[in-house]
Amino acid sequence: MSVFEGFRFRHVTSPIHRLDPRVKFLYVLAMFILAVVFTEFFPLLVLFFLQLPFVFVAGVKKEWLRSLRGAAFLATVIFVFNFVFGFFYRTYTGTALLEFSLAMSLRFLVLVESFSVFFLTTSPDHLSLALEQSHVPYEFTFAFTTAVRFVPVLAEEAQTIMDAQKARGLELERGNFLKRVRNYIPILIPLIVSAIRRSLELAEAMESRAWGASPKRTNLYVLKMRANDLVLIALSIMLLAVGVYVRYYVSIPSLSMFLPPLPF
Amino acid sequence: MIEVKDVRFTYPTGVEALSGVSLTIEEGEFVAIMGQNGAGKTTLVKHFNGLLKPTKGTVLVDGVSTRDVSVAKLARTVGFVFQNPDHQLFCETVWEEIAFALRNFGFEEAIIEKRVDWALNLLDLIEYRQTSPFMLSGGERKRVALASVLAWDPKVVILDEPTIGQDHRQKENLRQFIVQLNGQGKTVVVVTHDVEFVAECHPRVVLMSAGKIVADGEAKKILTDTTLTSMASIVPPQITQIFLGLNDLGFPSDVIDVSEAKRVLFDYLVRSGR
Repeated sequence: MSVFEGFRFRHVTSPIHRLDPRVKFLYVLAMFILAVVFTEFFPLLVLFFLQLPFVFVAGVKKEWLRSLRGAAFLATVIFVFNFVFGFFYRTYTGTALLEFSLAMSLRFLVLVESFSVFFLTTSPDHLSLALEQSHVPYEFTFAFTTAVRFVPVLAEEAQTIMDAQKARGLELERGNFLKRVRNYIPILIPLIVSAIRRSLELAEAMESRAWGASPKRTNLYVLKMRANDLVLIALSIMLLAVGVYVRYYVSIPSLSMFLPPLPF
Repeated sequence: MIEVKDVRFTYPTGVEALSGVSLTIEEGEFVAIMGQNGAGKTTLVKHFNGLLKPTKGTVLVDGVSTRDVSVAKLARTVGFVFQNPDHQLFCETVWEEIAFALRNFGFEEAIIEKRVDWALNLLDLIEYRQTSPFMLSGGERKRVALASVLAWDPKVVILDEPTIGQDHRQKENLRQFIVQLNGQGKTVVVVTHDVEFVAECHPRVVLMSAGKIVADGEAKKILTDTTLTSMASIVPPQITQIFLGLNDLGFPSDVIDVSEAKRVLFDYLVRSGR
Protein backbone atom coordinates (compact mmCIF):
# COMPACT_ATOMS: atom_id res chain seq x y z
CA MET A 1 0.00 0.00 0.00
CA SER A 2 3.00 2.31 0.38
CA VAL A 3 2.87 3.27 -3.32
CA PHE A 4 -0.56 4.78 -2.75
CA GLU A 5 0.71 6.75 0.22
CA GLY A 6 2.91 8.60 -2.27
CA PHE A 7 -0.17 9.79 -4.12
CA ARG A 8 -2.34 10.82 -1.21
CA PHE A 9 -3.02 14.51 -0.82
CA ARG A 10 -2.44 16.25 2.50
CA HIS A 11 -3.57 19.75 3.26
CA VAL A 12 -0.55 22.03 3.35
CA THR A 13 0.11 25.23 1.51
CA SER A 14 3.11 25.99 -0.65
CA PRO A 15 3.60 27.88 -3.91
CA ILE A 16 3.26 24.54 -5.69
CA HIS A 17 0.00 23.71 -3.93
CA ARG A 18 -1.42 27.07 -4.96
CA LEU A 19 -0.72 26.59 -8.67
CA ASP A 20 -3.64 26.12 -11.01
CA PRO A 21 -4.17 22.35 -11.31
CA ARG A 22 -4.68 22.68 -15.06
CA VAL A 23 -1.25 24.22 -15.42
CA LYS A 24 0.29 21.60 -13.19
CA PHE A 25 -1.29 18.95 -15.33
CA LEU A 26 0.16 20.58 -18.44
CA TYR A 27 3.57 20.38 -16.82
CA VAL A 28 3.11 16.70 -15.92
CA LEU A 29 2.00 16.06 -19.49
CA ALA A 30 5.15 17.76 -20.77
CA MET A 31 7.23 15.53 -18.48
CA PHE A 32 5.32 12.52 -19.74
CA ILE A 33 6.03 13.36 -23.38
CA LEU A 34 9.70 14.07 -22.68
CA ALA A 35 10.09 10.80 -20.77
CA VAL A 36 8.63 8.88 -23.68
CA VAL A 37 10.67 10.77 -26.29
CA PHE A 38 14.02 9.75 -24.82
CA THR A 39 15.37 6.22 -24.55
CA GLU A 40 18.84 7.33 -23.45
CA PHE A 41 20.07 7.24 -19.89
CA PHE A 42 21.40 10.77 -19.40
CA PRO A 43 18.41 12.84 -20.59
CA LEU A 44 16.16 10.71 -18.40
CA LEU A 45 18.50 11.30 -15.48
CA VAL A 46 18.19 15.05 -16.10
CA LEU A 47 14.39 14.70 -16.16
CA PHE A 48 14.53 12.75 -12.93
CA PHE A 49 16.41 15.51 -11.12
CA LEU A 50 14.29 18.21 -12.73
CA GLN A 51 11.43 17.31 -10.36
CA LEU A 52 13.51 17.83 -7.22
CA PRO A 53 12.98 21.62 -6.93
CA PHE A 54 9.22 21.03 -7.04
CA VAL A 55 9.43 18.38 -4.35
CA PHE A 56 11.43 20.63 -2.05
CA VAL A 57 9.38 23.78 -2.62
CA ALA A 58 6.16 21.82 -2.02
CA GLY A 59 7.64 20.25 1.14
CA VAL A 60 6.48 16.74 0.26
CA LYS A 61 9.91 15.09 0.41
CA LYS A 62 8.84 12.30 2.77
CA GLU A 63 5.76 11.27 0.80
CA TRP A 64 7.66 11.56 -2.47
CA LEU A 65 10.41 9.27 -1.21
CA ARG A 66 7.76 6.81 -0.11
CA SER A 67 6.23 6.72 -3.58
CA LEU A 68 9.67 6.10 -5.07
CA ARG A 69 10.34 3.34 -2.59
CA GLY A 70 7.02 1.80 -3.57
CA ALA A 71 7.89 2.08 -7.25
CA ALA A 72 11.40 0.65 -6.74
CA PHE A 73 10.17 -2.92 -6.95
CA LEU A 74 8.42 -2.42 -10.30
CA ALA A 75 11.40 -0.45 -11.57
CA THR A 76 13.62 -3.42 -10.74
CA VAL A 77 11.24 -5.76 -12.55
CA ILE A 78 11.36 -3.49 -15.61
CA PHE A 79 15.15 -3.45 -15.50
CA VAL A 80 15.45 -7.23 -15.22
CA PHE A 81 12.93 -7.90 -18.02
CA ASN A 82 14.56 -5.47 -20.42
CA PHE A 83 17.99 -6.82 -19.61
CA VAL A 84 17.07 -10.49 -19.92
CA PHE A 85 15.04 -10.13 -23.12
CA GLY A 86 17.57 -7.74 -24.65
CA PHE A 87 20.28 -10.26 -23.85
CA PHE A 88 18.53 -13.21 -25.48
CA TYR A 89 17.16 -11.39 -28.51
CA ARG A 90 20.41 -9.46 -29.03
CA THR A 91 18.55 -6.15 -29.57
CA TYR A 92 21.36 -4.49 -27.63
CA THR A 93 24.68 -5.76 -26.40
CA GLY A 94 27.26 -4.77 -23.84
CA THR A 95 27.03 -1.29 -22.38
CA ALA A 96 24.17 -0.32 -24.69
CA LEU A 97 22.04 -3.11 -23.19
CA LEU A 98 22.84 -1.96 -19.67
CA GLU A 99 22.07 1.64 -20.62
CA PHE A 100 18.79 0.76 -22.31
CA SER A 101 17.58 -1.32 -19.36
CA LEU A 102 18.58 1.37 -16.88
CA ALA A 103 16.90 4.03 -19.03
CA MET A 104 13.65 2.07 -19.16
CA SER A 105 13.37 1.73 -15.40
CA LEU A 106 14.43 5.36 -14.98
CA ARG A 107 11.68 6.37 -17.42
CA PHE A 108 9.17 4.58 -15.20
CA LEU A 109 10.51 6.37 -12.14
CA VAL A 110 10.27 9.76 -13.88
CA LEU A 111 6.62 9.06 -14.71
CA VAL A 112 5.85 7.93 -11.17
CA GLU A 113 7.59 10.85 -9.50
CA SER A 114 6.03 13.55 -11.65
CA PHE A 115 2.53 12.12 -11.22
CA SER A 116 3.23 11.68 -7.53
CA VAL A 117 4.18 15.37 -7.18
CA PHE A 118 1.01 16.32 -9.05
CA PHE A 119 -1.30 14.27 -6.83
CA LEU A 120 0.55 15.16 -3.63
CA THR A 121 0.10 18.87 -4.24
CA THR A 122 -3.38 18.96 -5.79
CA SER A 123 -6.43 18.51 -3.58
CA PRO A 124 -9.20 16.31 -5.00
CA ASP A 125 -11.51 19.32 -4.81
CA HIS A 126 -9.19 21.38 -6.96
CA LEU A 127 -8.84 18.54 -9.36
CA SER A 128 -12.57 18.22 -9.90
CA LEU A 129 -12.84 21.98 -10.20
CA ALA A 130 -10.18 21.92 -12.88
CA LEU A 131 -11.96 19.14 -14.74
CA GLU A 132 -15.27 20.97 -14.51
CA GLN A 133 -13.86 24.23 -15.73
CA SER A 134 -12.18 22.44 -18.61
CA HIS A 135 -15.76 21.54 -19.69
CA VAL A 136 -15.56 17.89 -18.74
CA PRO A 137 -19.20 16.78 -18.13
CA TYR A 138 -20.03 16.92 -14.43
CA GLU A 139 -21.01 13.23 -14.35
CA PHE A 140 -17.44 12.26 -15.20
CA THR A 141 -15.94 14.78 -12.83
CA PHE A 142 -18.10 13.51 -10.01
CA ALA A 143 -17.29 9.88 -10.76
CA PHE A 144 -13.60 10.72 -10.73
CA THR A 145 -13.66 12.60 -7.41
CA THR A 146 -15.77 9.90 -5.82
CA ALA A 147 -13.31 7.25 -6.91
CA VAL A 148 -10.42 9.20 -5.39
CA ARG A 149 -12.38 9.87 -2.24
CA PHE A 150 -13.19 6.19 -1.67
CA VAL A 151 -9.67 4.82 -2.00
CA PRO A 152 -8.82 5.15 1.71
CA VAL A 153 -12.25 3.77 2.68
CA LEU A 154 -11.66 0.74 0.51
CA ALA A 155 -8.15 0.26 1.89
CA GLU A 156 -9.52 0.23 5.43
CA GLU A 157 -12.24 -2.19 4.46
CA ALA A 158 -9.70 -4.52 2.85
CA GLN A 159 -7.82 -4.56 6.16
CA THR A 160 -10.95 -5.49 8.12
CA ILE A 161 -11.77 -8.27 5.66
CA MET A 162 -8.23 -9.62 5.93
CA ASP A 163 -8.59 -9.67 9.71
CA ALA A 164 -11.95 -11.44 9.48
CA GLN A 165 -10.58 -14.15 7.19
CA LYS A 166 -7.40 -14.57 9.21
CA ALA A 167 -9.64 -15.15 12.21
CA ARG A 168 -11.13 -18.04 10.23
CA GLY A 169 -7.72 -19.62 9.80
CA LEU A 170 -6.77 -18.19 6.42
CA GLU A 171 -3.01 -17.93 5.98
CA LEU A 172 -2.20 -15.51 3.18
CA GLU A 173 1.51 -16.34 3.09
CA ARG A 174 1.10 -20.09 2.82
CA GLY A 175 1.73 -22.26 -0.23
CA ASN A 176 3.38 -21.79 -3.61
CA PHE A 177 2.83 -18.81 -5.87
CA LEU A 178 -0.49 -20.00 -7.37
CA LYS A 179 -1.84 -20.97 -3.95
CA ARG A 180 -0.94 -17.55 -2.61
CA VAL A 181 -2.84 -15.84 -5.41
CA ARG A 182 -5.83 -18.08 -4.67
CA ASN A 183 -5.56 -17.13 -0.99
CA TYR A 184 -6.71 -13.65 -1.95
CA ILE A 185 -10.08 -14.81 -3.30
CA PRO A 186 -11.69 -14.73 0.19
CA ILE A 187 -10.46 -11.14 0.49
CA LEU A 188 -11.41 -9.93 -2.98
CA ILE A 189 -14.97 -11.25 -3.18
CA PRO A 190 -16.27 -9.55 -0.01
CA LEU A 191 -14.38 -6.40 -1.02
CA ILE A 192 -15.95 -6.27 -4.48
CA VAL A 193 -19.41 -7.17 -3.21
CA SER A 194 -19.32 -4.46 -0.58
CA ALA A 195 -17.95 -1.92 -3.08
CA ILE A 196 -20.90 -2.63 -5.38
CA ARG A 197 -23.32 -2.46 -2.46
CA ARG A 198 -21.80 0.82 -1.39
CA SER A 199 -22.04 2.30 -4.87
CA LEU A 200 -25.73 1.41 -5.02
CA GLU A 201 -26.27 3.04 -1.65
CA LEU A 202 -24.37 6.10 -2.78
CA ALA A 203 -26.50 6.32 -5.91
CA GLU A 204 -29.66 6.21 -3.81
CA ALA A 205 -28.33 8.84 -1.44
CA MET A 206 -27.47 11.07 -4.41
CA GLU A 207 -30.90 10.61 -5.96
CA SER A 208 -32.59 11.49 -2.68
CA ARG A 209 -30.56 14.69 -2.57
CA ALA A 210 -31.65 15.63 -6.08
CA TRP A 211 -28.39 15.02 -7.83
CA GLY A 212 -28.42 16.47 -11.35
CA ALA A 213 -31.57 18.50 -10.74
CA SER A 214 -30.14 21.69 -12.16
CA PRO A 215 -28.36 21.27 -15.51
CA LYS A 216 -26.19 24.35 -15.04
CA ARG A 217 -24.03 24.31 -11.92
CA THR A 218 -22.16 27.22 -10.44
CA ASN A 219 -19.12 27.02 -8.20
CA LEU A 220 -18.15 28.92 -5.10
CA TYR A 221 -14.54 28.98 -6.25
CA VAL A 222 -13.39 29.82 -9.74
CA LEU A 223 -9.90 28.89 -10.88
CA LYS A 224 -7.87 31.86 -12.04
CA MET A 225 -4.39 31.89 -13.53
CA ARG A 226 -1.81 33.96 -11.72
CA ALA A 227 1.72 35.05 -12.54
CA ASN A 228 3.23 31.81 -11.18
CA ASP A 229 0.94 29.78 -13.41
CA LEU A 230 2.06 31.67 -16.48
CA VAL A 231 5.68 31.04 -15.49
CA LEU A 232 5.02 27.31 -15.25
CA ILE A 233 3.28 27.30 -18.64
CA ALA A 234 6.26 29.04 -20.18
CA LEU A 235 8.61 26.61 -18.45
CA SER A 236 6.68 23.58 -19.67
CA ILE A 237 6.67 24.81 -23.28
CA MET A 238 10.34 25.70 -23.08
CA LEU A 239 11.28 22.31 -21.68
CA LEU A 240 9.30 20.60 -24.43
CA ALA A 241 11.02 22.71 -27.09
CA VAL A 242 14.47 22.04 -25.62
CA GLY A 243 13.65 18.34 -25.44
CA VAL A 244 12.62 18.16 -29.07
CA TYR A 245 15.67 20.18 -30.12
CA VAL A 246 18.04 17.92 -28.20
CA ARG A 247 16.31 14.84 -29.59
CA TYR A 248 16.88 15.87 -33.22
CA TYR A 249 19.96 18.09 -33.30
CA VAL A 250 22.24 17.14 -30.40
CA SER A 251 24.18 13.93 -30.13
CA ILE A 252 23.31 12.51 -26.74
CA PRO A 253 26.20 11.11 -24.69
CA SER A 254 25.90 7.42 -23.86
CA LEU A 255 27.13 5.34 -20.96
CA SER A 256 29.71 3.58 -23.17
CA MET A 257 31.76 6.79 -23.19
CA PHE A 258 32.32 6.41 -19.46
CA LEU A 259 32.41 2.65 -18.99
CA PRO A 260 34.82 0.05 -20.35
CA PRO A 261 33.18 -2.38 -22.83
CA LEU A 262 31.12 -4.99 -21.01
CA PRO A 263 31.26 -8.70 -21.87
CA PHE A 264 27.60 -9.30 -22.73
CA MET B 1 -7.40 -18.77 29.68
CA ILE B 2 -6.69 -15.22 28.49
CA GLU B 3 -4.30 -13.01 30.40
CA VAL B 4 -3.77 -9.40 29.39
CA LYS B 5 -0.83 -7.86 31.21
CA ASP B 6 -0.42 -4.10 31.18
CA VAL B 7 -1.04 -3.83 27.45
CA ARG B 8 -0.58 -0.63 25.53
CA PHE B 9 -1.42 -0.38 21.88
CA THR B 10 -0.73 2.45 19.46
CA TYR B 11 -2.07 2.37 15.89
CA PRO B 12 0.35 3.24 13.08
CA THR B 13 -1.48 6.55 12.78
CA GLY B 14 -0.23 7.45 16.26
CA VAL B 15 -3.53 7.05 18.10
CA GLU B 16 -3.10 5.27 21.41
CA ALA B 17 -6.14 2.97 21.62
CA LEU B 18 -5.13 1.07 24.77
CA SER B 19 -3.19 2.76 27.53
CA GLY B 20 -2.35 0.14 30.10
CA VAL B 21 -4.97 -2.60 30.24
CA SER B 22 -4.75 -5.65 32.51
CA LEU B 23 -7.45 -8.29 32.51
CA THR B 24 -7.74 -12.00 33.20
CA ILE B 25 -10.52 -14.09 31.74
CA GLU B 26 -10.92 -17.55 33.23
CA GLU B 27 -12.08 -20.61 31.37
CA GLY B 28 -15.88 -20.80 31.14
CA GLU B 29 -16.45 -17.16 32.02
CA PHE B 30 -19.01 -14.94 30.32
CA VAL B 31 -17.68 -11.40 29.91
CA ALA B 32 -19.30 -8.35 28.36
CA ILE B 33 -16.95 -5.56 27.36
CA MET B 34 -18.78 -2.24 27.27
CA GLY B 35 -17.98 1.41 26.71
CA GLN B 36 -18.48 4.28 24.31
CA ASN B 37 -17.26 4.46 20.71
CA GLY B 38 -13.51 4.64 20.55
CA ALA B 39 -13.03 3.37 24.10
CA GLY B 40 -10.81 0.59 22.76
CA LYS B 41 -13.18 -2.39 23.11
CA THR B 42 -12.63 -3.86 19.66
CA THR B 43 -8.93 -3.07 19.81
CA LEU B 44 -8.72 -5.02 23.06
CA VAL B 45 -10.51 -8.14 21.80
CA LYS B 46 -8.48 -8.13 18.59
CA HIS B 47 -5.52 -8.82 20.90
CA PHE B 48 -7.18 -12.02 22.15
CA ASN B 49 -6.67 -13.87 18.87
CA GLY B 50 -3.49 -12.10 17.84
CA LEU B 51 -4.94 -9.91 15.07
CA LEU B 52 -3.23 -7.08 16.89
CA LYS B 53 -0.01 -7.50 18.85
CA PRO B 54 0.52 -5.28 21.89
CA THR B 55 2.93 -2.37 21.45
CA LYS B 56 3.88 -2.88 25.11
CA GLY B 57 2.93 -5.60 27.58
CA THR B 58 1.85 -9.17 26.83
CA VAL B 59 -1.26 -11.14 26.02
CA LEU B 60 -1.23 -14.82 26.98
CA VAL B 61 -3.73 -17.30 25.57
CA ASP B 62 -3.52 -20.65 27.36
CA GLY B 63 -0.18 -19.48 28.72
CA VAL B 64 1.33 -18.75 25.29
CA SER B 65 2.17 -15.19 24.23
CA THR B 66 0.23 -14.07 21.15
CA ARG B 67 3.48 -12.71 19.76
CA ASP B 68 4.83 -16.24 19.33
CA VAL B 69 1.99 -17.82 17.33
CA SER B 70 0.18 -17.00 14.12
CA VAL B 71 -3.40 -15.74 14.04
CA ALA B 72 -4.43 -18.90 12.21
CA LYS B 73 -3.07 -21.01 15.09
CA LEU B 74 -4.71 -18.90 17.77
CA ALA B 75 -7.99 -18.85 15.88
CA ARG B 76 -8.27 -22.58 16.52
CA THR B 77 -8.73 -21.76 20.23
CA VAL B 78 -10.21 -18.29 20.01
CA GLY B 79 -13.10 -17.85 17.57
CA PHE B 80 -13.89 -14.28 16.56
CA VAL B 81 -17.23 -13.31 15.01
CA PHE B 82 -16.88 -9.95 13.29
CA GLN B 83 -19.47 -7.23 13.52
CA ASN B 84 -20.33 -7.15 9.83
CA PRO B 85 -20.90 -10.57 8.24
CA ASP B 86 -20.39 -9.02 4.80
CA HIS B 87 -16.70 -8.74 5.63
CA GLN B 88 -16.26 -12.49 5.56
CA LEU B 89 -18.89 -14.14 3.34
CA PHE B 90 -17.57 -15.09 -0.08
CA CYS B 91 -18.55 -18.69 -0.92
CA GLU B 92 -21.21 -19.89 -3.35
CA THR B 93 -23.25 -21.71 -0.74
CA VAL B 94 -23.82 -21.42 2.98
CA TRP B 95 -22.48 -24.95 3.35
CA GLU B 96 -19.17 -24.04 1.70
CA GLU B 97 -18.97 -20.89 3.76
CA ILE B 98 -19.07 -22.83 7.00
CA ALA B 99 -16.67 -25.48 5.70
CA PHE B 100 -14.07 -22.83 4.74
CA ALA B 101 -12.51 -22.42 8.17
CA LEU B 102 -12.59 -26.18 8.80
CA ARG B 103 -10.60 -26.73 5.59
CA ASN B 104 -8.11 -24.07 6.69
CA PHE B 105 -7.60 -25.92 9.96
CA GLY B 106 -7.04 -29.17 8.08
CA PHE B 107 -10.02 -31.20 9.32
CA GLU B 108 -10.76 -34.42 7.45
CA GLU B 109 -13.54 -34.31 4.87
CA ALA B 110 -15.82 -36.70 6.79
CA ILE B 111 -15.46 -34.64 9.96
CA ILE B 112 -16.04 -31.42 8.03
CA GLU B 113 -19.33 -32.77 6.73
CA LYS B 114 -20.47 -33.74 10.19
CA ARG B 115 -19.47 -30.44 11.76
CA VAL B 116 -21.00 -28.24 9.08
CA ASP B 117 -24.34 -30.03 9.39
CA TRP B 118 -24.10 -29.72 13.16
CA ALA B 119 -23.51 -25.96 12.93
CA LEU B 120 -26.30 -25.50 10.37
CA ASN B 121 -28.71 -27.27 12.70
CA LEU B 122 -27.51 -25.34 15.70
CA LEU B 123 -28.34 -21.98 14.11
CA ASP B 124 -31.44 -23.13 12.30
CA LEU B 125 -29.93 -22.68 8.85
CA ILE B 126 -30.37 -26.18 7.48
CA GLU B 127 -32.86 -25.07 4.80
CA TYR B 128 -30.28 -22.65 3.38
CA ARG B 129 -27.41 -25.10 3.04
CA GLN B 130 -27.34 -24.78 -0.76
CA THR B 131 -28.34 -21.09 -0.88
CA SER B 132 -25.85 -18.35 -1.69
CA PRO B 133 -25.04 -16.41 1.49
CA PHE B 134 -25.52 -13.20 -0.47
CA MET B 135 -29.21 -14.02 -0.98
CA LEU B 136 -29.93 -14.14 2.76
CA SER B 137 -31.31 -11.37 4.95
CA GLY B 138 -29.03 -9.39 7.27
CA GLY B 139 -29.97 -11.40 10.35
CA GLU B 140 -29.49 -14.69 8.53
CA ARG B 141 -26.09 -13.62 7.22
CA LYS B 142 -25.11 -12.84 10.78
CA ARG B 143 -26.14 -16.32 11.82
CA VAL B 144 -24.11 -17.84 9.00
CA ALA B 145 -21.07 -15.90 10.22
CA LEU B 146 -21.67 -17.19 13.73
CA ALA B 147 -22.13 -20.76 12.50
CA SER B 148 -18.93 -20.55 10.47
CA VAL B 149 -17.00 -19.83 13.66
CA LEU B 150 -18.82 -22.23 16.02
CA ALA B 151 -18.31 -25.06 13.52
CA TRP B 152 -14.72 -25.62 14.59
CA ASP B 153 -15.70 -25.59 18.25
CA PRO B 154 -13.26 -22.98 19.60
CA LYS B 155 -12.80 -22.86 23.37
CA VAL B 156 -13.35 -19.10 23.43
CA VAL B 157 -15.97 -17.27 21.35
CA ILE B 158 -15.67 -13.51 20.86
CA LEU B 159 -18.68 -11.68 19.47
CA ASP B 160 -18.21 -8.11 18.27
CA GLU B 161 -21.51 -6.19 18.51
CA PRO B 162 -23.71 -9.24 17.95
CA THR B 163 -27.02 -7.43 18.52
CA ILE B 164 -26.67 -4.64 15.96
CA GLY B 165 -29.38 -4.83 13.30
CA GLN B 166 -31.25 -7.69 14.99
CA ASP B 167 -34.91 -7.43 15.89
CA HIS B 168 -36.24 -8.22 19.35
CA ARG B 169 -36.92 -11.89 18.66
CA GLN B 170 -33.54 -12.47 17.05
CA LYS B 171 -31.89 -10.81 20.04
CA GLU B 172 -33.78 -13.04 22.43
CA ASN B 173 -32.73 -16.11 20.40
CA LEU B 174 -29.16 -14.90 20.39
CA ARG B 175 -29.24 -14.33 24.13
CA GLN B 176 -30.52 -17.80 24.86
CA PHE B 177 -27.98 -19.20 22.47
CA ILE B 178 -25.07 -17.40 24.10
CA VAL B 179 -26.20 -18.39 27.60
CA GLN B 180 -26.48 -21.98 26.39
CA LEU B 181 -22.97 -21.88 24.87
CA ASN B 182 -21.62 -20.53 28.12
CA GLY B 183 -23.53 -23.21 30.02
CA GLN B 184 -21.70 -25.84 27.97
CA GLY B 185 -18.44 -24.49 29.36
CA LYS B 186 -17.38 -22.16 26.57
CA THR B 187 -15.70 -18.90 27.40
CA VAL B 188 -17.79 -16.14 25.82
CA VAL B 189 -16.68 -12.55 25.33
CA VAL B 190 -19.22 -10.07 23.98
CA VAL B 191 -18.36 -6.54 22.87
CA THR B 192 -21.47 -4.39 22.90
CA HIS B 193 -23.24 -1.09 23.52
CA ASP B 194 -26.51 -2.81 24.15
CA VAL B 195 -27.20 -2.33 27.87
CA GLU B 196 -30.60 -4.02 27.86
CA PHE B 197 -29.09 -7.06 26.22
CA VAL B 198 -26.29 -7.31 28.77
CA ALA B 199 -28.72 -6.76 31.64
CA GLU B 200 -30.75 -9.79 30.64
CA CYS B 201 -27.62 -11.99 30.43
CA HIS B 202 -26.00 -11.22 33.82
CA PRO B 203 -22.39 -11.57 32.69
CA ARG B 204 -19.25 -10.15 34.24
CA VAL B 205 -19.03 -6.60 32.89
CA VAL B 206 -15.79 -4.87 31.96
CA LEU B 207 -16.31 -1.16 31.46
CA MET B 208 -13.86 0.72 29.25
CA SER B 209 -13.26 4.40 28.66
CA ALA B 210 -10.47 6.15 26.76
CA GLY B 211 -8.29 3.06 26.41
CA LYS B 212 -8.52 2.01 30.05
CA ILE B 213 -10.63 -0.36 32.10
CA VAL B 214 -12.64 1.78 34.51
CA ALA B 215 -14.70 -0.94 36.17
CA ASP B 216 -14.85 -4.71 36.28
CA GLY B 217 -17.43 -6.80 38.14
CA GLU B 218 -20.91 -8.28 38.17
CA ALA B 219 -23.45 -6.75 35.80
CA LYS B 220 -25.76 -6.12 38.75
CA LYS B 221 -23.19 -3.97 40.48
CA ILE B 222 -21.83 -2.05 37.52
CA LEU B 223 -24.95 -1.29 35.51
CA THR B 224 -26.69 0.18 38.56
CA ASP B 225 -23.79 2.48 39.46
CA THR B 226 -24.73 5.75 37.76
CA THR B 227 -21.30 7.35 38.23
CA LEU B 228 -19.64 4.43 36.46
CA THR B 229 -22.17 4.22 33.65
CA SER B 230 -22.03 7.92 32.92
CA MET B 231 -18.23 7.74 32.87
CA ALA B 232 -18.45 5.12 30.11
CA SER B 233 -21.27 7.02 28.36
CA ILE B 234 -23.84 4.28 28.72
CA VAL B 235 -27.33 4.60 30.14
CA PRO B 236 -28.46 2.11 32.83
CA PRO B 237 -31.17 -0.32 31.71
CA GLN B 238 -34.64 1.22 31.69
CA ILE B 239 -35.88 -1.05 34.46
CA THR B 240 -32.93 0.02 36.63
CA GLN B 241 -33.78 3.67 36.03
CA ILE B 242 -37.32 3.05 37.23
CA PHE B 243 -36.10 1.30 40.36
CA LEU B 244 -33.53 4.01 41.06
CA GLY B 245 -36.43 6.48 40.90
CA LEU B 246 -38.47 4.36 43.32
CA ASN B 247 -35.58 4.00 45.75
CA ASP B 248 -37.18 6.30 48.35
CA LEU B 249 -40.20 3.95 48.56
CA GLY B 250 -37.91 1.21 49.79
CA PHE B 251 -37.33 -0.60 46.49
CA PRO B 252 -33.89 -2.12 45.89
CA SER B 253 -31.64 -0.12 43.56
CA ASP B 254 -29.80 -3.05 42.01
CA VAL B 255 -32.45 -4.53 39.76
CA ILE B 256 -31.34 -4.94 36.14
CA ASP B 257 -33.59 -7.49 34.49
CA VAL B 258 -37.29 -7.51 33.91
CA SER B 259 -38.14 -10.88 35.47
CA GLU B 260 -36.41 -9.91 38.69
CA ALA B 261 -38.28 -6.58 38.67
CA LYS B 262 -41.52 -8.47 38.27
CA ARG B 263 -40.73 -10.62 41.28
CA VAL B 264 -39.82 -7.65 43.45
CA LEU B 265 -42.99 -5.78 42.50
CA PHE B 266 -45.10 -8.87 43.09
CA ASP B 267 -43.59 -9.36 46.57
CA TYR B 268 -44.26 -5.72 47.34
CA LEU B 269 -47.89 -5.98 46.31
CA VAL B 270 -48.35 -9.16 48.34
CA ARG B 271 -46.72 -7.61 51.38
CA SER B 272 -48.86 -4.50 51.21
CA GLY B 273 -51.88 -6.77 51.09
CA ARG B 274 -53.28 -5.91 47.66
